[in-house]
Amino acid sequence: MTINFGNPDRPNSYIGRTVPRPNARRLVEGRGRYVDDIVLPRMLHVAFVRSPHAHARILSVDTQEAAAVRGVRRIFTGTELAEHCTPWVAVLAHLKGLKSAPQHALAVDRVTWTGEAVVAVVADSRAAAEDGAALVEVEYDPLPVVTDIRTALDAATPLIHPDLGDNLTFRRLHEQGEVDTVFAEAHTVVEASFKTGRHTGVCLEPRSILADYNPAEGQMTVHHSTQAPHMMQSIIARHLDLPEGKVRVICGDVGGSYGIKVHVYPDEMATAAIAKAMGRPVKFIADRIESFTTDIHARDHEIDARIAIDGEGKILAIDVDDWTGIGPYSVYPRTSAIEGNQVVNLCGGPYDFAAYRARTTVVLQNKTPTCQYRAVGHPIAAAITEGLVDFAAEALGMDPVEIRRRNLIKDDAYPYTSPANMRFEGLSHHASLAKLLELMDYDGLRAEQAALREKGIYRGIGIASFIELTNPSPFMYGIGGARISAQDGCTVRMDPDGSVVAMSGVTEQGQGTEAMLAQVVAEAVGVPVGRVKVITGDTQTTPYGGGTWASRGAGIGGEAALQAGLALKESILTVAASMLQASAEGLDIVDGAVADKATGEARMPLEELGRIVYFRGDTLPKGLPRELVQTRHFITSDYPFAFTNGVQASYLEVDTETGFVKLLKHWCVEDCGRVINPQLVDEQIRGGIVQGIGGALYEECHYDEDGQLLNANMADYLVPMAAEMPDMVIGHVETPTKESVLGAKGAGEAGTAGAPAAVMNAINDALRPLGGRVTEMPFTPARILAALGTV
Amino acid sequence: MSDTAQSFPTRVDISLTVNGEPVDARVDVSRHLVDFLRLDLGLTGAHAGCEHGVCGACTLQVDGEIVRGCLMLAAQLDGAEVWTVEGLTETGALADLQAAFVERNALQCGFCTPGMLFAAADILAQGGQPSRVAIREHISGNYCRCTGYEAVVDAIETVAGARARGEEVSA
Ligand code: FES
Ligand code: FES
Repeated sequence: MTINFGNPDRPNSYIGRTVPRPNARRLVEGRGRYVDDIVLPRMLHVAFVRSPHAHARILSVDTQEAAAVRGVRRIFTGTELAEHCTPWVAVLAHLKGLKSAPQHALAVDRVTWTGEAVVAVVADSRAAAEDGAALVEVEYDPLPVVTDIRTALDAATPLIHPDLGDNLTFRRLHEQGEVDTVFAEAHTVVEASFKTGRHTGVCLEPRSILADYNPAEGQMTVHHSTQAPHMMQSIIARHLDLPEGKVRVICGDVGGSYGIKVHVYPDEMATAAIAKAMGRPVKFIADRIESFTTDIHARDHEIDARIAIDGEGKILAIDVDDWTGIGPYSVYPRTSAIEGNQVVNLCGGPYDFAAYRARTTVVLQNKTPTCQYRAVGHPIAAAITEGLVDFAAEALGMDPVEIRRRNLIKDDAYPYTSPANMRFEGLSHHASLAKLLELMDYDGLRAEQAALREKGIYRGIGIASFIELTNPSPFMYGIGGARISAQDGCTVRMDPDGSVVAMSGVTEQGQGTEAMLAQVVAEAVGVPVGRVKVITGDTQTTPYGGGTWASRGAGIGGEAALQAGLALKESILTVAASMLQASAEGLDIVDGAVADKATGEARMPLEELGRIVYFRGDTLPKGLPRELVQTRHFITSDYPFAFTNGVQASYLEVDTETGFVKLLKHWCVEDCGRVINPQLVDEQIRGGIVQGIGGALYEECHYDEDGQLLNANMADYLVPMAAEMPDMVIGHVETPTKESVLGAKGAGEAGTAGAPAAVMNAINDALRPLGGRVTEMPFTPARILAALGTV
Repeated sequence: MSDTAQSFPTRVDISLTVNGEPVDARVDVSRHLVDFLRLDLGLTGAHAGCEHGVCGACTLQVDGEIVRGCLMLAAQLDGAEVWTVEGLTETGALADLQAAFVERNALQCGFCTPGMLFAAADILAQGGQPSRVAIREHISGNYCRCTGYEAVVDAIETVAGARARGEEVSA
């Protein structure tokens, strides 16, 4: 069975339409159920004593006074907890040479970043647990601290894990073509250094877990604010020595995740281990300081890069040397080498050129561990690439749009393999750029910009093309040995009243997964969307799947749902054909009723079919298949990843006196293949753009040389607020992937991927007449004034 | 926290109304309003996002003013009138705003939403049609990490327009 997407008047045509989210009403009424809203009988709370040092030996732990606090039930040191939870080492076999040290849920004899959990205090209330934690005495012997990325490998720099032999966790060099020769002979070579600021996700709901172990059943039930319930099931089972089948992870409402909640956190593992050790439910909700010091950070990169072009502006070669610091451990189980690896994979991605060299050097530091955060590596690669392209255009006196026109991979060049060996099935850079220019009235804006410059007003226009990796196959993690499912499944069931229940392995983090699944299933089966109930986030009831990461919900989970829905429709029609004495091929399901395919005339409501199958099965022929439950799984196989593309533009004004940037407007044209729900896609892109803008203008974790995080609170760590954000115009080009019937690719990270580059290029466009240039994010007023030479 | 004799009380008795219902409680003096609502009354609509008065997720109404639930102590509430999102949902006071938020997808994860609704209701209560800039300013005490704010601004703008035109509340 298939669907004629070309016909907008087809029956049940929910795919491609904006339908409201089934869970939104609950959330606006304050009826969400986040982990902290759940209260279980005999529930305990855990608070952690955390390291005040970036690197120190633990000499002693004295818990006597803490244990005397009323309400404190038990205290675990690292040594004690290690008996209940085994350590992990976060490496992947396909990332050659990647190494890391064993990491425990609680530090055992050494702490390696400020904020690392050292002692767990368990009490009747969070307040009592915190009172107890304040009284735990830990004696430390401070060790030398490694913070700087570029000197991390120097012989004089102390080793964070002496057993590893050095502070290098991963290095990859990719080279294609005669890079040095091309640079030596090129008409023009432009060089630049970039920095992206270490920042973090600031999910409004902090990390949250409530682990409930029932020793009588040997059953662990974990309510977890997570993106990957099945992955967590597997990991909790392995490290707590439980059979996988005895671990159930339930993920209800999640208050924001953006990649932050797809990792294994030591304090969360400790919470689960304590629940098992004590045989009682234990809750841990990170407070905001804990969020800043222990949620993964990301994007701590320093890059030297250059681009070679000919006299016509044609890109000949790109050469990138990327350095990144990941904290003291590679983060389990996805590892912290992926971000640098993505920079190597993605630089130059939109362009047609031949010679490419990129190296990433991933080093250890005594700072909070970094790992995958929304758009992993993309904003960095886009900033490098688009920064270089703009500087190249400037060197030739060429318009930034013109140089892109000359270099973007042609829309008819697919399939195409990039010099980084990425395979593109079908992209639309030129069509997207054309649409963007039209939406923003590029020429009109240029004229306005020029007119205002006469008056001493410095406005800038920045363009950034990008590619985005979505719909990942096992090539991302599975082949490296991680139990992370790239496949996803959906079970669809028709109940007696003709309503449909869909259970999916992808999860809802607010992006609208459940709405997307509901409309796909509604269309596939042929019922009104309100008749579909979607269930996600429960390892015990949903098919096995990967959850939310790498923009896979619609492309992978949506296709599984479509196939399951079509299979259910076929089963329903088998029964209907028998009941109506008709051929199944001549029947259809429209609006919740079996109908004649040719005329559309309703023959029988699904309720009637449900009544017969469930209660009067005796009236159907013996042996007639009556399976009103169908499950299908989907995995991509033709391409390791479904790449998408897009282009963004930023229009802004720089106050050259104060260095402040005022964002005036932002545009994004994006090609995520088939759009299932236009509103949800647009809002994903808007939200993503603003997160990208955060990295470009505000967000940075400030450390001193002792490894102390100086701005671990919301007052000092700035994020985008409503007043500073622009309105955003979103447009689409649709190039469906041929790997699936649905044709959907991912859209959740595109906004974040391109926004920082667009903002950077716009600021530099504004500063150009004054001779300033910024390449170090975030572009704070101080950095802009420094670029202008006024401070 | 113990109840042993000290020179100052560690608990106080308060009588207040919450969502129109009388409530008598004995609260720890250090109990924050948002914790009192969430932990003692089971009203989990107000969320704790930062517990230091910045994020706005705990925003709710006390005596007609919007306040940060994490910056106020329950002990201060004797005689107060407290409204949470649950209560205003029941009275229908937020109905048009809630409908607009759903319609415009002005929420994703929803964690900021109850607080955002109070900030939105507050500017709408001033009447008239506020500009987008004014709306953006007014909700700038409320973090939203998901939406990028535009849909929230749109929803508030729509409701302001409908109210200014005297249109019926559509729930
Ligand atoms: S929790 Fe009160 S302002 Fe953040
Ligand atoms: S909807 Fe998630 S923080 Fe606003």
